[in-house]
Amino acid sequence: MHSDPASVQASLRKYVMIGGALLVFTAITVAVNLVHLSSIALAVTVALIIAIMKGSMVATVFMHLSNEKKWIYGALLLTVIFFVVLMSVPLFTLMDTIGTPQPAIGGGEHAGGH
Amino acid sequence: MSIEARARRASDSRFARAGTVAATRSATLTIARVPAARLIRTILRPSLPCARLCLLHTILPFMDKTATHVPHAHELPHEHHEELGFWRKYVFSTDHKVIGIQYAVTGLLFLLFGFCLMMLMRWQLAYPGKPIPLIGAWLGQSRAPMGIMLPEFYNQLGAMHGTIMVFLGVVPLAVGGFGNFVMPLQIGAPDMAFPKINMMSYWVYFIGGVVMLASFFPTTGAAQSGWTSYAPLSVITATSGQTFWLVGMIFLITSSLLGSINFITTIVQLRAKGLSYMRLPFFVWAQFVTSFLLLLAFPPLEAAGILQLMDKVAGTSFFLPSGLVISGKPLAVAGQGNPLLWQHLFWFLAHPEVYVLILPAMGIVSEIIANNTRKPLWGYKALVYSVVFLGFMSFIVWAHHMFMTGMGTVMSAFFQTTTMIISIPSVVILTALLLSLWGASIRFTTPMLFSLAFLPMFGIGGLTGLPLGLAPSDIHLHDTYYVIGHFHYVVAPGTIFALFAGVYYWFPKATGRTMNELLGKLHFWGSLVCINLVFMPMFVQGLAGMNRRMYDGGAQYAHNQTVLHWNVVQGYAAWGLGLFQLFFIINFFMSIKWGKVVDKNPWEATTLEWSAPSPPGHGNFLTEPIVYRGPYEYSVPGAPRDFTPQFEPEKA
Amino acid sequence: MNIPYTVEERPDSGLANGKLGIWLFLASEVMLFGALFSTYIILRTGATEWPHGELNVPLGAFNTVLLISSSVTMVMAWAMLKLHNWSRHRLYLAATFVLAGLFLVNKYFEYSDHLVKGEGPWHSTFLAIYFTLTGLHGLHIVGGMVVMAYLLGPGAKLWKTNPDQFTNRIEYTGLYWHFVDLVWIFLFPVLYLL
Repeated sequence: MHSDPASVQASLRKYVMIGGALLVFTAITVAVNLVHLSSIALAVTVALIIAIMKGSMVATVFMHLSNEKKWIYGALLLTVIFFVVLMSVPLFTLMDTIGTPQPAIGGGEHAGGH
Repeated sequence: MSIEARARRASDSRFARAGTVAATRSATLTIARVPAARLIRTILRPSLPCARLCLLHTILPFMDKTATHVPHAHELPHEHHEELGFWRKYVFSTDHKVIGIQYAVTGLLFLLFGFCLMMLMRWQLAYPGKPIPLIGAWLGQSRAPMGIMLPEFYNQLGAMHGTIMVFLGVVPLAVGGFGNFVMPLQIGAPDMAFPKINMMSYWVYFIGGVVMLASFFPTTGAAQSGWTSYAPLSVITATSGQTFWLVGMIFLITSSLLGSINFITTIVQLRAKGLSYMRLPFFVWAQFVTSFLLLLAFPPLEAAGILQLMDKVAGTSFFLPSGLVISGKPLAVAGQGNPLLWQHLFWFLAHPEVYVLILPAMGIVSEIIANNTRKPLWGYKALVYSVVFLGFMSFIVWAHHMFMTGMGTVMSAFFQTTTMIISIPSVVILTALLLSLWGASIRFTTPMLFSLAFLPMFGIGGLTGLPLGLAPSDIHLHDTYYVIGHFHYVVAPGTIFALFAGVYYWFPKATGRTMNELLGKLHFWGSLVCINLVFMPMFVQGLAGMNRRMYDGGAQYAHNQTVLHWNVVQGYAAWGLGLFQLFFIINFFMSIKWGKVVDKNPWEATTLEWSAPSPPGHGNFLTEPIVYRGPYEYSVPGAPRDFTPQFEPEKA
Repeated sequence: MNIPYTVEERPDSGLANGKLGIWLFLASEVMLFGALFSTYIILRTGATEWPHGELNVPLGAFNTVLLISSSVTMVMAWAMLKLHNWSRHRLYLAATFVLAGLFLVNKYFEYSDHLVKGEGPWHSTFLAIYFTLTGLHGLHIVGGMVVMAYLLGPGAKLWKTNPDQFTNRIEYTGLYWHFVDLVWIFLFPVLYLL
């Protein structure tokens, strides 16, 4: 079991190493930002990838998610699915203008829904 | 404890006879009478002699395994040794049964208040511009000068009626009341997993309710932009009532979140020995799925509430677009906000919320139908898979409330598809319940009457939802009375009938007495007739194009003229409906003191709660509950009686 | 009356009540912050212009370092209890508390930098979402500090009477704290860098 004294003792080094890795990745995050990437989409993707890597380290090691129980995994899977829905579907709905009358003046915002 | 109480307790059959299934009913037993306050006291009295309870403390955690002994177990405070003071016992109790009753009574009071708001609205709709009789004078100049309702006040009534019924009435009663009281008993638990959090969740709900009621008092009035609070109208309407609404919602949502964590943990962790998931009563499954809906769908509305609160008090423009002009004056805000953002965040919760309204009701009706047909529910597995699938789907249909916002055809098709798909599990559940009646030996008790009525009423509500879920027909029906008819059919003769059924059904468990059958039947028939007279004409009005939320009932429009007269019919039906509720209110209070005394299992039911005393004491069960079979073993061939309870051991 | 599985784990689920409870709470928190991130996405994609360079990146990065470090000290605080090293546990828990406090101090400086210039949440949608996201996050830091103060103070007595239950409470506090750190790991690049 991951939380008996022997394995906890062995994990101490891992915690510190992961902490260090997180600090390194933070530095990378800031550094990447200083390099002006070609498009905003690329910048967002890179930033998200680094953030997800950092987040996974916190979750799997510090939060012991790497060896948790089925109910926790299940609840989190549901949460992740609905989180993705919440991130993407409202945006898609607002951006989808197929079949709606478009203003004669080109370009501009689709922020409102009329 | 007084000498008389001690003597009573010694002769009290509940304490003398542990572990036997009491199949006899009522009158001859010497169970102490339990009027109002003593009801609560009885619940809080320990149900076991101390020695037995200490033994249970030690062995209960280890029933399933021979694991390491919990150190210091006997140093944990034995609460039943100390007498709790008045406040800890009756007000800030951590006992799930007390909390359940608190939720139920508060919920019922809010239902009554919300109903009264509606009766006021019905006057204005039936007789626009006429002074309100009796109470018109008391409403004051800001609401009804000379007794004639102002449009602003009508809007307040509409917004608060919806808010109060949904968030302060139905959900607290269905989930907080029935869920808290019945669920731990049905799974054989001594209480909820987190009793203190349970207590907190009730009191946070209470505070939220007080804030909501307080919103009526500022002279500018309560929230008046619908229970849906669409921005920008809700933000720009100059009233602090809306701010109260937003703060109140934050409290209510917090209460729900605390409750849902408790429910899920309790169902997963505290099921009795032998109670596997597929032996759970359907009521527990319904509450389980409901709790996941509350857990994951409410937070976005909490966030949205904070955002709208910021728009109202901090001058932000989350929901305010650029270039908004009000009465000729441009609004002095940064702009660049999006009103549709509010709609998405609101409906992301509010759609799962309607399933929160219906699922516990389906659970209640299932229990009562099984019990009063004397046969197992048809299709238990289908019911369970359907309710889980329904819960999942409910998160991805929300924008069918937004078809008229200029949505493109791709996303519109997506939401229409998911909406049609979600009707499948609903129909499966309704069909399973209907099929459960086939070949049944039906007992037409009051709870059964309400449960039977639920089926066609929910059927009408569900079917009328279909043209609303399809965009082309929704174009004509959106924001008309058709919508109001649809959702009221599901919630009013749907859920609320189921909740009444639940009160009649579990009243004996909570009080040790039954409610009066004659008053119950009068309540039922009167309500059934009146409620259909209120809501059926709404489909006619909606199809004619009569809009919602019009303070004069749509009198100004030509297309309404042929259907306006229904407003008068609906008015009288609504006031009649109110009168018939008096039978329920009188019955409820009368029976607490003078109802027929009954034993543990007056309905001859099979689920675990009926093995506990009526009412159950602190800790619930006299002996550790063990489950031997499924929840609906009625009319088992070869069995001595027409029901074999879950908790009855196998005969040799 | 004893609620089973408060400390020991239920065999079929493998969980103690509190462990399941705290994870469910964190699931709801994911949806709460998720709604605000969704708000950010929608407001930004719908905006004609979006400010850059208005926030103090070095201070934000320093705050990230503080919070990551506090996550390390938090998990160490739990680990020390598992190893029955009470004094080390106290040290690490106090360190977490202090680091959290420093984070808030930095936030105070950041906020006041904007507010003295009259740039509050009303100034632009960017600042509106910035103040709301970091403000809610800050409230969560305060909440965590309150719990830590309780576990450093009156709550510490439980170690004597029920060490396993106390260890569990530290573990659950740690899970909450790591989540707060996790939110910041996404908040920082989204608000400060992109």
